[in-house]
Amino acid sequence: MPLSALLLVPDLSFVFAQSVSGLTAAMFLFLIASGLSLIFGVLRVLNFAHGTFYMLGAYGAYQFVQWTGAGGGRFWLAALAAALGVAVLGGIVERFLFQRLYGKEELYQLLFTYALVLVLGDAAKIIWGTQQKSLSRPPGLTGALSLFGATIPYYNLFVILLGPAIALGFWLALQRTRAGRFIRAAALDRETLGALGVNVRALYTGVFVLASFLGGLGGALITPMRAIVPGMDTEVIVEAFVVVVIGGLGSFWGTFLGALIYGQVLSFGILFFPRFSIFSIFALMAAVLIIRPWGLLGRPLK
Amino acid sequence: MISGRLWALVILASAFFVPAAGSRYYTFLANDVVIWALFATSLNLLVGFTGLVSFGHAAYFGIGAYTTGILMKTAGVPFLLAFPAAGLVAGLFALVFGFFCVRLTRIYFAMLTLAFAQIVWAICFKWNEVTGGEQGMPEIPYPSFDGVERMAAWLPFLGGYKTSEYFYFLTLVLVAACLWLLSRIVGSPFGRMLTTIRENPERAEFIGVNVRRYELAAFVVAGAFAGLAGGLFGIFNRGVFPDFAYWTKSSEVLIMTLLGGMGTFIGPSLGALVLIWLNQQIVSYTQYWPLVLGLILIVLLFVFPGGIAGAVESAARRLRRSNQVA
Repeated sequence: MPLSALLLVPDLSFVFAQSVSGLTAAMFLFLIASGLSLIFGVLRVLNFAHGTFYMLGAYGAYQFVQWTGAGGGRFWLAALAAALGVAVLGGIVERFLFQRLYGKEELYQLLFTYALVLVLGDAAKIIWGTQQKSLSRPPGLTGALSLFGATIPYYNLFVILLGPAIALGFWLALQRTRAGRFIRAAALDRETLGALGVNVRALYTGVFVLASFLGGLGGALITPMRAIVPGMDTEVIVEAFVVVVIGGLGSFWGTFLGALIYGQVLSFGILFFPRFSIFSIFALMAAVLIIRPWGLLGRPLK
Repeated sequence: MISGRLWALVILASAFFVPAAGSRYYTFLANDVVIWALFATSLNLLVGFTGLVSFGHAAYFGIGAYTTGILMKTAGVPFLLAFPAAGLVAGLFALVFGFFCVRLTRIYFAMLTLAFAQIVWAICFKWNEVTGGEQGMPEIPYPSFDGVERMAAWLPFLGGYKTSEYFYFLTLVLVAACLWLLSRIVGSPFGRMLTTIRENPERAEFIGVNVRRYELAAFVVAGAFAGLAGGLFGIFNRGVFPDFAYWTKSSEVLIMTLLGGMGTFIGPSLGALVLIWLNQQIVSYTQYWPLVLGLILIVLLFVFPGGIAGAVESAARRLRRSNQVA
């Protein structure tokens, strides 16, 4: 590999490990950003609270594991229950509050989602405190695999496989099911869809529920790898923004591509320019917005 | 009916008596309010008057704060030069960033302002040698007030104040001057054109206005004044930290502007006053200020989308109408 020789990388296995860790991060980002992108695609709103749903998913999974233990597949049930809980919360918020802001100024919608960040973030602090929490890897996935001289935990492998599986399933659902067709139609032209007799309001609620579920699931599944702390919400939402902007707001595969790029830029940025890895991410975001505002795989908005 | 200009003078004059009448604590609060009022008013030039929603206005606040901080602490430059430098440097950055931002519309504009602000934050956060990195720059010196104290021998009412109180007076004068300038800008033909662009950019383009150039000019002016506010805030805060430029700061100032009332000149200053006062009241009862702020914001969005100034205005209009009927 001439590139690695050029950059004087001593150890190829290190590069491999680094790209795998980038890939793992990418899959989580995809889970979170796909919900954000879905909401933007259909509702044309950037949901700041999406990061909060992710955090609540993480705390939810922690709470369920505290109650039931993690053995015998109960970690997975806890993750699923947490994601479902977050989905229900998302649905309630959309149905009773957010729906009243449709048709008002974009800024009001944005600020409403930011108000949710403040309220739910503090609610989480009241319930779970400010001490950081963590979960261990679920039984059965505690080991690690040695590959090309790098050690890769089984759990990371699982995440790397899960990401594309969810992407594929999600994409098939969008392409093949009736609800999926409605969602795609709503992204293109909401008025016409409503005129054709589709219940657009219910569709919006459904989209919000699904998106919140994905965000919550991302948070629940990240618990064995990262500490659960207040502030993880505002951090991740900016990362998710970067991903959807790079890939293209509202573009499904764009989000996947954006997540992959983000993961690799971050993990190799840390390797080569440790001080400027965060900088390079935002510089990339700015560059995409300047050159191709609608993102790598997105379409220009009318 | 008292004119707006007279009101402004009355408010300014009474603000001068805060250190003498109130405690040290009230002076501190008043100083905070005054600086944030300038920051929020500068944002309002963009959001309220030009219709450009920036999610990265904290970048210019942060740049101004670091400029003044670095000049005064590291280079030993006097305040007299370090303060205008904050506006100049922030304005230059706003020119470069804004050049790209005004090419985009709506959500993309907001995203690019956010991206640039995060770039600024990332640099402040990591460039240890210059910005102090994550730890920031503590102990920014106060401007020297030796001259004022010497003058106090001649003018007795100037004497006997602490340095922080002198700094409050200085802030008051500078912010009043900045707000006066901003109000002149808003009222000028240039300002009117910005409002035209907000109301109908297509039509503005139609009648031969270079919309992008006007938007860029508004962006630079707003950035420069945010920088001046930042320069003052770094000294007031006794330190400059990377979170001055973080995106949550940008949304704080946006909330302040909205709370006070966008599109009215006095609104953001009112928002600063109310929000900072509320914050002080509430943190003495509970540590969960964000929760309260979020709830206020939700009520505001659903019940008073025009903010305080908007609510007062519509109440006054209703009162006037009922008077006419009677």
